[in-house]
Amino acid sequence: MAKITLSNLAHSYLPNPASEDDFALKELNHDWQDGAAYALLGSSGCGKSTLLNIISGLLRPSQGRILFDGQDVTDAPTAERNIAQVFQFPVVYDTMTVRDNLAFPLRNRGRDEGYVAERVQEIAHMIGMEHMLDRKARGLTADAKQKISLGRGMVRKDVNALLFDEPLTVIDPHMKWELRTQLKKLHHDFGHTMIYVTHDQTEALTFADKVVVMYDGRVVQIGTPEELFERPEHTFVGYFIGSPGMNLIPATVDGTTARIEGAEIPLGRGYKGLSGKVEIGVRPEFARLSQSEGLPVTVRRIEDVGRHKIIRAEFFGRDINIIAREEDAVSADMNRVIFDADHINVYADDWRVAGEAA
Amino acid sequence: MEKTVNQKAWFLVIPMLILVAFSAVIPLMTVVNYSVQDTFGNNQFFWAGLEWFDEMLHSDRMWDALGRQIIFSAIILAIEVPLGIFVALNMPKKGFWSSLCLVLMALPLLVPWNVVGTIWQIFGRVDIGLLGHTLEAMGIDYNYTSDVLDAWVTVIVMDVWHWTSLVALLAYAGLQSIPDAYYQAAKIDQASRWKVFRYIELPKMQGVLMIAILLRFMDSFMIYTEPFVVTGGGPGNATTFLSIDLVKMAIGQFDLGPAAAFSIMYFLVILLISWVFYTVMTNLDKREGK
Repeated sequence: MAKITLSNLAHSYLPNPASEDDFALKELNHDWQDGAAYALLGSSGCGKSTLLNIISGLLRPSQGRILFDGQDVTDAPTAERNIAQVFQFPVVYDTMTVRDNLAFPLRNRGRDEGYVAERVQEIAHMIGMEHMLDRKARGLTADAKQKISLGRGMVRKDVNALLFDEPLTVIDPHMKWELRTQLKKLHHDFGHTMIYVTHDQTEALTFADKVVVMYDGRVVQIGTPEELFERPEHTFVGYFIGSPGMNLIPATVDGTTARIEGAEIPLGRGYKGLSGKVEIGVRPEFARLSQSEGLPVTVRRIEDVGRHKIIRAEFFGRDINIIAREEDAVSADMNRVIFDADHINVYADDWRVAGEAA
Repeated sequence: MEKTVNQKAWFLVIPMLILVAFSAVIPLMTVVNYSVQDTFGNNQFFWAGLEWFDEMLHSDRMWDALGRQIIFSAIILAIEVPLGIFVALNMPKKGFWSSLCLVLMALPLLVPWNVVGTIWQIFGRVDIGLLGHTLEAMGIDYNYTSDVLDAWVTVIVMDVWHWTSLVALLAYAGLQSIPDAYYQAAKIDQASRWKVFRYIELPKMQGVLMIAILLRFMDSFMIYTEPFVVTGGGPGNATTFLSIDLVKMAIGQFDLGPAAAFSIMYFLVILLISWVFYTVMTNLDKREGK
């Protein structure tokens, strides 16, 4: 286990990157704490897998260094880094039995057979494949194969880090939940540093202590699930996390008041001298409909998803979402919306502005 | 849904039947016809029963040719398959050099058989051939027209030159279909180069390799033109393979009956061995765990 440090790291798939746009991964400094569980969250093509492959050594970064416990491993091959990685699509050795598949990484490191047998048994139990150990891996279903891949990733106890590259994409939903719980338990029991790449926010938020959100090759926020929810540092985080995402409304902000086409909205904090594209962001959870207070809104549609209702509405010509609790009545004469002042975030050019206590 | 019965549909099969009849059935039946009859010319035929088959089965000449043929096919398979795989593994994976390699590799496959024979016939000649003359100048006693070993080496090297590309190209296609993730996983698992080959590349190439082996076996077992042009089956009968012997018998000596019987047995042997290969191949594909 090790602390992994990324120092001025960047990567471009082009031989001579000219501008910042050529970089698949933009310059980045970050410490991955020893023994923490991270999720790397972002939409497809944002550089998540690139970052993972750089850490495991499958890819050499165009610039910057990568250190394990302070030791420079930028040029060290994958084998020397002692990392386990599980890929999006199952990789199994077809001609081997399930047992040999699981034992493969241990045998390659020359562990004695007694230890190998014991570990294989433990892992097989964990992934629920004890009864299939002597079967050939060829012809198994995709999720069985992916469980083997996961098992192979977890079989070594002494790895520096465990990396997962969207490992549950091909797995059935109910099995997903179970495997994710197993991974969390594994993390709890052995305290490996784990990095879990996903584009599924539920997966990220349930798995990780800290979520790293990436957008367009850049890390936009690193935080606990709570921080991501309440104080998204970037409009992308607000939009990407939450279902539905944060409402973003262009506004002018001065002091503790935001103005949208003349209408005033009180803010929880004070802001001064904002420039560029200014928006306010409110999560649907912190907006509610009212008959008498707030600003005018036109309700378009109400979706009852069971736990709560999602109200799709039009607010000064833009679509916004409001979440109402299941027991709250929504009536036709509710044509005003109130935002919770303490949960309004202000963004200038997509980045959150902290503001001052009012 | 009710099935429509329309016997006129048979007409649609007729063109195919005619084609197969003229391309395979009728010529084969002609051979069968010859194999059970004897003739003294003038288009007069006499019933001979299984006499020719009996004679051929007890003919040292045929058994010797069959023995040489099996040894030849075994040697070229043993060289071309591993060599082809080795070449494929070392070819560039993409870019300009991979295209160049593919073109260069495909070249020998485009040369007509008798031209290949002629090239090597001249190439190996001691008086004017580049290879033969060079070897002689180096003090190596090489002469494919008089020395049995030299003749075999020449014919085998020629076949390897001509056909290894086929195995290499097929193996290369098999290798290209392996997703990167397999190699990455192998690196993560710290597999050695040999294990990557043994557990990833070889299993993934299995299908194309069986096709390559089947094609190379059938082709080499029927080889005629190249050794005929280079050695003419000699020295003596040293490189007289089945096809060469058959032609000598049928056209050289005009022994139609024995040659026809020979042909049929030859055909059956190829059919049998190909069937064995095919069965092994399909069973390997189906083979799964318990």
